[in-house]
This record gives sequence, C-alpha cells and structure tokens, in this order.
Amino acid sequence: MSYPEYILLFAAMGLVTYIPRWLPLVYLAHKRMPPWLVDWLSLIPVAILSSLLAPSLLVDGHSLSFTKTDLWVAVPTLVFALRTKSLGGTLLVGMLLFWLVGIVRA
Amino acid sequence: MDQDKVKQRQDNRNETLRQGAAAAWPVCLGYLPLGLAMGVLAQQAGIPAWLTGLMSISLFAGSAQFIGVAMIDAGASMAAIVTTTFMVNLRHALMGSALAVHLRGVNRWFLTLFAYGITDETFAVNMARFRVGNWDRWRALVVNHLSNSAWVLSTVAGALAGQFIPRGAFGIDYALTAMFICLLVFQLHNRLLVLTGLLSAGLAVGWYLLIPGNSYIVGASVCGATLGFFIKRAKRRR
Repeated sequence: MSYPEYILLFAAMGLVTYIPRWLPLVYLAHKRMPPWLVDWLSLIPVAILSSLLAPSLLVDGHSLSFTKTDLWVAVPTLVFALRTKSLGGTLLVGMLLFWLVGIVRA
Repeated sequence: MDQDKVKQRQDNRNETLRQGAAAAWPVCLGYLPLGLAMGVLAQQAGIPAWLTGLMSISLFAGSAQFIGVAMIDAGASMAAIVTTTFMVNLRHALMGSALAVHLRGVNRWFLTLFAYGITDETFAVNMARFRVGNWDRWRALVVNHLSNSAWVLSTVAGALAGQFIPRGAFGIDYALTAMFICLLVFQLHNRLLVLTGLLSAGLAVGWYLLIPGNSYIVGASVCGATLGFFIKRAKRRR
C-alpha cells in the first residue's frame, strides 16, 4: 500500500470509529431521557465488560474450555481485585501470575 | 485579591490534573504492553512507525487496530477493513449513551473533544468514579487524553523497538484481561449487576461460539442488559 492509501484508510477507519463515540453522547446529553432508558443504560457497563471478558477466559479456539491459563489466573486476580479495588495492583498481580504460570507450565 | 483568585484557579487546575492522572495511570500502564505489541505487529506488516502513530491518533482503539493491521497484512480490501473497524467499534455507541447520563447539558465542543477518548478502559474508569461522586467532566477528560497519549506513544515505541522485547515476557499478554477483571469488579454494586454480568458473560460465550466474528460484544451486551432490566422490573412489580 502507498502512503496516501494508508492515510486515506486510517482517516476512514478513524471516522467510522469516532462517529459511534460522538453521536449518541452529543444527542443524548441534550435530550430528556426517560427513566427506563437511564435504568437500562446503568446496566450497560457491567454487560459490556462481561461480554468482552468471558470469551477470552472460556473459549479456546472454537470450543468451550475450562483449562486455559487465562481462566485459572483470573481466579486469584479476581480475589485480589475484590479485596483491594486497585486497578494498578490488579494489573500487576495478574500479569505476574500469568507470567509465572506460563514458566511453570512450559 | 485578583492574585488570590488566579492562584486558586491554578490550584484547582492542578488538583484536576492530579486526580485525573491518579485515575489514569493504571490504564496507561495497561496500554503500554498492548501498544508495544500492536506496534510490533504493525512493523511486521510493513507499516512505517510514523504511520502507526498516525493510525493510533486517528483511531485510538486497541482491538480495531490489531484487527486492522492483521487485515492489511492479509491484503484485505479497504472497504472490508473500514467495515470491520466500524463493527468492532460500534460498542462505543453504548458507552457514549451511558456517559451521557453524567454529562447532561454539557456543551457540544466539550463533548466533541471528550468523545474522542472513549475506550473500554477510560469508559469503565470514568463511570466508576462518576458513580461514587466527587468526579467531574474535566477530570474525566484528563483520564481520556492521558490514556490516549500513552497509547499513541507505546504503539510508536513498539513499532520502533518492539522486536527487542521477547514474546510473552512479564505476562504482557494478560494485561488487558487483568484490567477488565478489575474494571468489572468496580461495577458490581448489587445483586442485579452481578446477575446482569453473569447473563452477559454466558450470552457472550454462546454467541461467540455460534457466530464467529465480533458481533458478540454488542449483541450479548444489549441482550444481557435488557434481560437484567426486565428482571429488575419484574421484581419491582411483585
């Protein structure tokens, strides 16, 4: 791909990424939202994070799996997160455990 | 008198920056390994470092950039790459909607600047803080833009020097997962939220197994939140 083609492609990718971020925010921030919508939206964060997380822990290739290192390391990482509520700490503990388990398993 | 006012305004500004940075640093730390990995892949796909930087500035989107680079490497058409990017990032529309609850009546220029920095991680951090209170749009904006800077810098660093970092070192492959686990914990305030999370997780796994691609993220989130919503209603009626 030539440089102008790359720039065009990244501009187009940027545009289709920005519009979904911008449009609902600007539209809804200036509208009276019905209570049911506010209620429903309050469930969105937990729903999105669970949807992003679960397949990475439970799916190996194209099938359900309960033996991935990702899943087993997630248990102590989750306990640590529940106890400390520290994002930075959880990140470091998770990475460290995953690294150590990888070494032990190899 | 005027000098006092100026000083106080400066103090407030420093406080906003400080609190924003305190909330943002774990996100920046998490972006470092991801950005490095993304930069290495881009470099291997033959994209020069300055273009990788440009890509990060114009998208600021982790998973879409990984997928985009893989598609460029595989020689996919521009239309296919742009369409896929759109699908992968559609979930931000849900996040923008949820953030609008906390940014009521804020002027459009601010929102235009703010929207650029909405990612899974900044969204979750800001929502958790807004919920507790003692958080405002300026602090949230600092989180968004510090995270963005960290992302852009680490992708460029990855493109320039990433090949010297051994694969899988220091558990960097687990950074995103660990971050998601803690961000999820921030959201679990009551039983309904835990239930909604479990339902969404189950739906996402099922959806992902049945329908390959990325539709599971938006699909399972919307279905999971809707199920949770009706469970809450049914309980209230009883």
